[in-house]
Amino acid sequence: MSISEQDVEHIAHLARIKIDAKEKNIFQTELSAILSFVEKLNEVNTDEVDPVNGGTLLENIMRPDEQEDVYMEKKSSLLMEAVAEKSGNLIKVKSVFE
Amino acid sequence: MNLNELTITQAANGLRKKEFSSVDLTAACLNAIREKDSEIHAFLDVFDEDAIAQAKQADELLTDWNPELPQLLGIPLAIKDNILIEGKRCTAGSRMLEHYTASYDASVIRALKKAGAVFLGKTNMDEFAFGSSTENSAFGVTKNPRDSTRVPGGSSGGSAASVAADMALGALGSDTGGSIRQPASFCGIVGMKPTYGSISRHGLIAMASSLDQIGPMAKTVEDAEIIWDTIAGVDAFDSTSLAKPDPKTQSIKEFKNLRIGLPAEYIGSGLDGDIKEALLNITKKIENSGAILEYINLPHSSYALAAYYIIVPSEISSNLARFDGIRYGMSRDEGNTLMARYTATRGSGFGKEAKRRIMLGTYALSAGYYDAYYLKAQKVRRLITHDFDSLFNSGIDMIIGPTTPTPAFAFGEKINDPLSMYLADIYTVAVNLAGLPALSLPAGTVMRDNTPLPMGLQLIAPRNAERQLFAAAKEIESFCP
Repeated sequence: MSISEQDVEHIAHLARIKIDAKEKNIFQTELSAILSFVEKLNEVNTDEVDPVNGGTLLENIMRPDEQEDVYMEKKSSLLMEAVAEKSGNLIKVKSVFE
Repeated sequence: MNLNELTITQAANGLRKKEFSSVDLTAACLNAIREKDSEIHAFLDVFDEDAIAQAKQADELLTDWNPELPQLLGIPLAIKDNILIEGKRCTAGSRMLEHYTASYDASVIRALKKAGAVFLGKTNMDEFAFGSSTENSAFGVTKNPRDSTRVPGGSSGGSAASVAADMALGALGSDTGGSIRQPASFCGIVGMKPTYGSISRHGLIAMASSLDQIGPMAKTVEDAEIIWDTIAGVDAFDSTSLAKPDPKTQSIKEFKNLRIGLPAEYIGSGLDGDIKEALLNITKKIENSGAILEYINLPHSSYALAAYYIIVPSEISSNLARFDGIRYGMSRDEGNTLMARYTATRGSGFGKEAKRRIMLGTYALSAGYYDAYYLKAQKVRRLITHDFDSLFNSGIDMIIGPTTPTPAFAFGEKINDPLSMYLADIYTVAVNLAGLPALSLPAGTVMRDNTPLPMGLQLIAPRNAERQLFAAAKEIESFCP
């Protein structure tokens, strides 16, 4: 399956990754090659097959809505240390709506 | 023998007999790191002071000897740099997290701390675990200790090299498509990926959440089992985690009563001739021991790689969306908009392979393509899983085969052709898709350019059959050169 440069631009936008013209060109070639390879799956008849959903066979794992493990308490200051832009204890972001 | 050359079992024995202390053991490993790692580059961070401090604490506990002491008490280990240790840098091999400090311990780290293990440092890896050679690390390559012109494998290349070069007595790696087993094979050590859910993923930087597992890397099967036993078990922080199988209720078959299957598809044209010969020599020895070896079929095995390279990039694209320059990690401010922060941060912070996989996944999940790619791949995954399950349900106890199609390749050989790099995992990916436990053990060497290169043999067991897997692997280990 061959994808175009516009496709690559569109994907990069969806993925929120800035790429330059050279990268666009390289990705077009590489992604097309990988997509051609995976088309091999069309050889398999999957008409009556259910898709796998996740990696576990467990279902409905629940716990009471209470704090059981105190290990994660008092980590908020460590978490805030990693934040790029903050104001006091609040994370600062550029406006979402223009 | 130098203390850093011991196995975990030997070291634990020596500690209890007071032949040496944990500080002696740890200092020997740190010394080996000082001597060898400027060349090998297995470690991204070394914890000189903290490791000795942990060793001293272990020595205190060892003075009050009692038979209940944890097996890993005072044992120095290396930890792959995608597993969080609170207060320590955790990079996942990426510029994106070059200056990130972990704000909590992964559950496996809590378990190891409780057992009194010693952490020597964090090991090098392909960025975000994307790769099969450790060449995708943002911080330089790691060299294979058996041949410095060749890769150690990946993505747990640093962990594999640290054990193979006797810089650590054991290590933790992570495995999504072979990232423990393949480097173990390339470096000549034991590497094991447990059943999906066996070991908690809390505190493991996520790659593909329906396949990721942490696992042990060690010099012997016995050592690997000790590590697994210490860190496996249900964890409230990981809702996919499973209880450790109870040794009292789980029966283990004697080796000579096992039916071991060798898939015809695994010894076909893609396999290096020398590896095939070495493998068949060992299967002959297995037969001579009384166990039954039979040829079996995994009809959908040729589709595993294609299914993997749709499902995994899709899950990657979702998991890596969190790296947006807001809450942690690199943050690039190149414009006045939120969008500019996202795109500039992610454009600079991610390496080539990361961008490649994120974009592939974004495409496969996007409107109009989801059914054709992602859904289709998940259906084929069901068929691949069923191939294994129906064999195990029909009385096959274990599946055997090569871990990798070739021995360790040279630096630069595959880095410019993503597809040829992906093919290195041809025997390992199906195991992750099916969520089964598997182990690679060193099965001898093959000659390349007058250098003996390690090759690994892979054993695959049914879900939750870890104890049977380790027992069988120990027997086979005794047949291997």
